[in-house]
Amino acid sequence: MTAAARYAGARVQRVEDARLLTGHGSFVDDVVRPGMLHAHFVRSPLARGRITGIDVSAALALDGVHAVFTAEDLNPGVREPWYSLVGPKVPDTPRPALAEGEVRFVGDPVALVVAVDRYVAEDAAALVVVDYEPLEPVVDYKTATGSEELVHAAYPGNVAGTMSGRPAEQLAEVFASAAHVVEETIHQQAYQAVPMETRGLIAEYSAHDGGMTIWASTQVPHEVRLFCSRALGLSEHRVRVIMRDTGGGFGQKALPQREDLCVMLAALKVPAAVKWIEDRQENLSSAGQGRHEHGTARLAFDADGTILAAALDHVQDAGAYPVPWPVMTAVVVGMLFPGPYRVPAATFTCTSVFSNTNGRTAYRGPWQYETLAREVLLDVAARGMGIDAVELRRRNLLRHDELPVTNPNGMPYSDISPLETFEHALEILDHESFRREQAAARAAGRYIGVGTSSYVEPTTSGRGFHGTEGATIRIEPSGVVNVYVSGGSSGNSLETTAVQLTADALGVDIGQVNTIQGDTAVTPFGGGTGGSRSGSMIAGAVAETAAGLRERLLAIAAHRLEAAVEDLELADGRAQVRGTPGAGLSLAEIADIAYFDTRKLPPGVPPGLEASGRYQAQSPTIWANATHVCTCEVDVVTGAVTILRYIVSEDCGPMINPNVVEGQIAGGTVQGIGGALLENSVYDEDGNPITSTFVDYLLPTSTEVPVIEYGHVETPGPGPGGYKGVGEGGAIGAPPAVVNAVADALAPFGVTITRLPMTPASIVALLQEAEANQGVRV
Amino acid sequence: MADVDVRMTVNGVARRSTVPPRLTLADHLRSTCGLTGTHLGCEHGACGACTILVDGDAVRACLMFAVQADDTEITTIEGIADRDGRLSVVQEAFREHHGLQCGFCTPGFVVSVTAFLRDNPDPSDQEIREALSGNLCRCTGYQGIFAAVRAAADALRATDADAGAAARDGSHP
Repeated sequence: MTAAARYAGARVQRVEDARLLTGHGSFVDDVVRPGMLHAHFVRSPLARGRITGIDVSAALALDGVHAVFTAEDLNPGVREPWYSLVGPKVPDTPRPALAEGEVRFVGDPVALVVAVDRYVAEDAAALVVVDYEPLEPVVDYKTATGSEELVHAAYPGNVAGTMSGRPAEQLAEVFASAAHVVEETIHQQAYQAVPMETRGLIAEYSAHDGGMTIWASTQVPHEVRLFCSRALGLSEHRVRVIMRDTGGGFGQKALPQREDLCVMLAALKVPAAVKWIEDRQENLSSAGQGRHEHGTARLAFDADGTILAAALDHVQDAGAYPVPWPVMTAVVVGMLFPGPYRVPAATFTCTSVFSNTNGRTAYRGPWQYETLAREVLLDVAARGMGIDAVELRRRNLLRHDELPVTNPNGMPYSDISPLETFEHALEILDHESFRREQAAARAAGRYIGVGTSSYVEPTTSGRGFHGTEGATIRIEPSGVVNVYVSGGSSGNSLETTAVQLTADALGVDIGQVNTIQGDTAVTPFGGGTGGSRSGSMIAGAVAETAAGLRERLLAIAAHRLEAAVEDLELADGRAQVRGTPGAGLSLAEIADIAYFDTRKLPPGVPPGLEASGRYQAQSPTIWANATHVCTCEVDVVTGAVTILRYIVSEDCGPMINPNVVEGQIAGGTVQGIGGALLENSVYDEDGNPITSTFVDYLLPTSTEVPVIEYGHVETPGPGPGGYKGVGEGGAIGAPPAVVNAVADALAPFGVTITRLPMTPASIVALLQEAEANQGVRV
Repeated sequence: MADVDVRMTVNGVARRSTVPPRLTLADHLRSTCGLTGTHLGCEHGACGACTILVDGDAVRACLMFAVQADDTEITTIEGIADRDGRLSVVQEAFREHHGLQCGFCTPGFVVSVTAFLRDNPDPSDQEIREALSGNLCRCTGYQGIFAAVRAAADALRATDADAGAAARDGSHP
């Protein structure tokens, strides 16, 4: 028996908002512990160099300084610092606590100062004298494989690893005999998660009982606990991780990084809690970059524009210290390159290359390059074949009724609607009328364009660390409900989600449900925020747990009312005899029996109203898909791009809360727009980061973002409620939609865009190049 | 340098402290006053998360020293709602229109918008966008924030109109 949904699907107000709107959230920097000390890192000013000496005496002599740690103090304490998602058996890349012997990027942590306050810690850090012998850095990953200099001596050619599909020769004949072949090398710049709250944690060790308590800014409290336990050799149950509000993560806070490890190690050596709060410059230069990659992408078509084969040779920048193992995440780029299209044959290579720069970290749709490369290339192909890019996609997109289908690289798609979602987005746009408007605009000397981007996205992994999720539900003696899940909410509304689903599952008013998340001492184990998993997995965990409680509620009520269980329903906070108003018991009355009047319990029903359950994902992945449509105007004199309309049609299955779904889509989309037009993590030729403030690293602001229009196509996925993941998609779909819109606007000039970001200067340069090459007057 | 005595009124409460000259106003509010709703997102005046009202003006608390705020009246995010916890019109509109996700930038937005709508009660959409351009949000894509500010402006004008009509009727607003 399923509960009637009252809240799932509704635009329910968030339970998080009252505290966050009034300044009463609890972010990690808001937490104060008795006698708490403050940490600050001494970081490398060189991209690469040998550490020849560290003198901490002046720093230690400063009033208020408790300790200055270097690698020889902290690194020997590291036991098994592997990540649960990756496991201990892969050949993971190096990740020392503090830099040992050699520094490998500007910002590499060399020493850790612990002092009475942040001001003193920073003063002391300036007094730590580190002698370096500069070494020639490997700044550009694109030339790193040919460099004689090595970022890590154990990796010849600076290659962290390569994975590939079938041998490319097997596709040679298809490409050789195809009516049309298109090939481009497409470059994406480094850009980053940039959560508004930087990273940070407090670690407090109790030497008397061996317990470690950590307050963290994290997406995954249980991974912080497991990581700390393994890395420091503490028992898992002696480590407690607490988080309430995390100010954005987008992948960057999914795994503990080197600084987190250092603070955990330092906590063992000082007599009070240690707080480390990253500053923005550190965040932009040391917390990890994403997206820095390029690839040579090829598509073969028959004379009608039907895709015959797809191939991608992809290379990504791993930086100096990638988190996690970059080879594992890169392969997804290759496997998904065929996307939501009918592609009979495909192959790929994916190579991760070290450089002396900020390490690669997970960032919202870490594999999104596949969508960028494919969708940009499809538009290039359409222009080359003289077919409208929309028409080319119509001929090749998978229809819902063709599924399930396995893509040529082995990805088993199901429960998606690529063509239907694409058509829905174009309908919202009114594509035909846009083309008329464009023709009129061009005649008037204005350049407007439309671009689309379609993708299929794996969400809600059913494997390993992410494969299960637990919930505990307690109906308390007064009849109100507490639901406990692991949490890791970092803006993605997991509290509201858990409360909505639990209220529905138990048939109670939403005001009767509270949720407790983000404390590993209290909640069931869980996989946290990552891989667009939370909606579906929390739904599963709540459903699994509530089912048993419902049975008990109904059994107790049936016994008391002398009615048959089948004649009862749970609704409006009561167990009610169907069709007999007034004959029923409230949850409070049932709870009173269960806790205080247990003689009235039916035989075999235990006292209390508490249950725990664990949900196992019902498929290896839940597929979601979407189409983004962007229209823009390009000023061909200044190179400025103005986005006119932005449409996202997404099939994320039924929505638990449309506000939350649309908020995730909008947030991801604007990050993708930032990547297409603004954001760029730049190094100079010596490996110095030159975009480490918000004056240089340009986030989208309110003045440049479009109004986003939403379309929803609904194909239920496997699992309770049919919910799919929706957290990452916006950031995947947006960059190529914007690139294609700009390229379409500039089609009269014969411009091909293969480099991001599309700054005004880069657009002007492309136009000048086109003018020089083709004599086209701008 | 010797510590300095400062007096300020914070959210209606008189506070007297002795602070180091280099202590920022943001750190003073967070650490000395225990008002942790003022958030630090960049510490160089770019993100707007630490926006507070100093003598009614929206300013960035990370760019002022506590000693510069001597003898001022300060309102932080904790002073925007009623003492009984009832949200202001601006806060209510943010909740209603999903104008926040992680909530870290939110105090700065709420304070900025509160000052903006006080000074410009009938803004155009473009004026709203300009007014928000000094506050960065990484979660919402600004969509819910635009809707919230528009709704708050409309609600505040309706309230003022009611109050004006009531005053003309001679009844209490």
